[in-house]
Amino acid sequence: MNKMLDDDQIFNISPGRHVDLDHHCQNGGYSALAKALAQGPETSLKEILDAGLRGRGGAAFPTAEKIKMLRANTEKLRYIICNADEGEPGTFKDRFIMTHIPFQLLEGITIAAFMAGASEGYIYVRHEYPEAQKILHESIEEAERRGFLGDNILGSGFSLSLKLFSGAGSYLCGEETALISSIEGKKGRPRLKPPYPTQAGLWQKPTLINNVETLANIPKIIEKSASWYRSFGTPDSPGTKLISLSGDVQNRGLFEVPFGMTFAQIINEYGGGAKTGKAIKAVNIGGASGVLIPPEMLFTPLEYLACAKTGITIGSGAIFVLDDTRSILSNVQNRLRFFLHESCGKCTPCREGLRQANLILDRLLAGEAVRQDVSTLERYTRAIQEASFCGLGQAAGNSLRSSLAYYRDEYLASCRDNKPSFIEEETA
Amino acid sequence: MTAIKEVVNWFGKKEALLLQVILAVQDADPQNHLSEEAVNEISREMNISRSRVYSTASFYSEISLKPRGIHIIRICTNAPCENANKASILAAIKQELGIKIGQTTADGLFSLESVNCLGACYMSPAIKIDDAVYGDLTPEAAVAIIRDLRKEYQDEQNA
Repeated sequence: MNKMLDDDQIFNISPGRHVDLDHHCQNGGYSALAKALAQGPETSLKEILDAGLRGRGGAAFPTAEKIKMLRANTEKLRYIICNADEGEPGTFKDRFIMTHIPFQLLEGITIAAFMAGASEGYIYVRHEYPEAQKILHESIEEAERRGFLGDNILGSGFSLSLKLFSGAGSYLCGEETALISSIEGKKGRPRLKPPYPTQAGLWQKPTLINNVETLANIPKIIEKSASWYRSFGTPDSPGTKLISLSGDVQNRGLFEVPFGMTFAQIINEYGGGAKTGKAIKAVNIGGASGVLIPPEMLFTPLEYLACAKTGITIGSGAIFVLDDTRSILSNVQNRLRFFLHESCGKCTPCREGLRQANLILDRLLAGEAVRQDVSTLERYTRAIQEASFCGLGQAAGNSLRSSLAYYRDEYLASCRDNKPSFIEEETA
Repeated sequence: MTAIKEVVNWFGKKEALLLQVILAVQDADPQNHLSEEAVNEISREMNISRSRVYSTASFYSEISLKPRGIHIIRICTNAPCENANKASILAAIKQELGIKIGQTTADGLFSLESVNCLGACYMSPAIKIDDAVYGDLTPEAAVAIIRDLRKEYQDEQNA
């Protein structure tokens, strides 16, 4: 454990090329679907439950539990939605899955739909990924022609009608209720939960919504068993995670990493460490909605429980490295501006809180702020995190909160009343 | 409008379609936007109010109610690209085109927009021109791509 994988186990990253339907079938593809259809939904679901698969989109909700909620519903018409609105800055794993191993994803969606009893579904792909949309569109049609999708799949009597749905440039649509709104033809704004989509989702029908990476794990678990899956990772976090590594490292890229490795190991063994002659100053984990942590915290393992304890958000699995030439404040402002642009404007803490926080960062970066601004920024951060309506606002404060906790000195050093010239003026 | 019919045929029902119809109509428009006439037409064909169409269209950043250029250049502004010297790429493009973000060149050939993450952080700084993503850019490379596109257009005009 805690070692690099000998080979990619689930995602076939190394060849780095498109796996077409024939190639997918040669590698054991669609044998999992046949197995699931033969053994029935309950047995298949038991396998996913035993494997301990959790949502890879960010919330890490146990996948089998979500599917169970749909099964408990008496409503006959149910939907499945594959959330492919990957927009978390620093994340490019779902794009890889869609463009390189589309049939593994389609097989996962089909098995999940079978377990949940869903007969209609959508893959919601962001508009910024036209290549992924084109490949998926063609792959859906090909799978239908070969009997892996559509009516009476593999002669089992189970049918799934799957359509590609394009987003139109809204990060917020990755939030499940906003995504549903968007498919329904409305603005992509979130609504209050409960009811959860598993109870009343698309057009008020029970809906299973899962991330691309989560669904693409399913065929391997069914094909090779839960115990095989648990041979990777740790008891708390079984399996592997796709890590999008970027920033100031030697090798940027996508890596399949077993849970349990520390962030330091991931950065050094996969990323080759910091650039020559530079030291790591901070690492952003989980994308723009994630936290900024200092190098001392990199010895935390990539594991849900251990990360939750230390306040690290694994999120989508983005790791973005900042070396000692970078300014924490301007990186935090970059994230703030991102959220300001993506905020839907529905609730005040997110809409106005982010705007005011951005103004304070403007002043800090211009050297015009005073120490009191830093404590005001802390208050605003609490308001943004605690009072925002949806996860976007709540997560928008993560980089502010963590940077204020670990890099407070850098904030204070930027304040006018902390500079020697000001102190001289005051005492003169 | 044929774009609307195509979308309806693919989905087989109307209720799910507004956003897809808007995108298809925009894609079919030579100026890459949703015109007032197009809004009227969608509202008539789908039997929904114009305000409903505007409400959806105005929410999404990839839908434009203003005419845009033939080629849309989108520059990623998020941290991985920002830290990989996005500013120098943006400056070179602005100088080459003589426009700012949100504007279109006088000849109607290029529009410049910002975008949030192209999923190309492993090759930052990245930009997207129409459907193609260009990574590991230098200011010179970005300018060269634009000049190639301009030349291609001029050759087509002269042909």
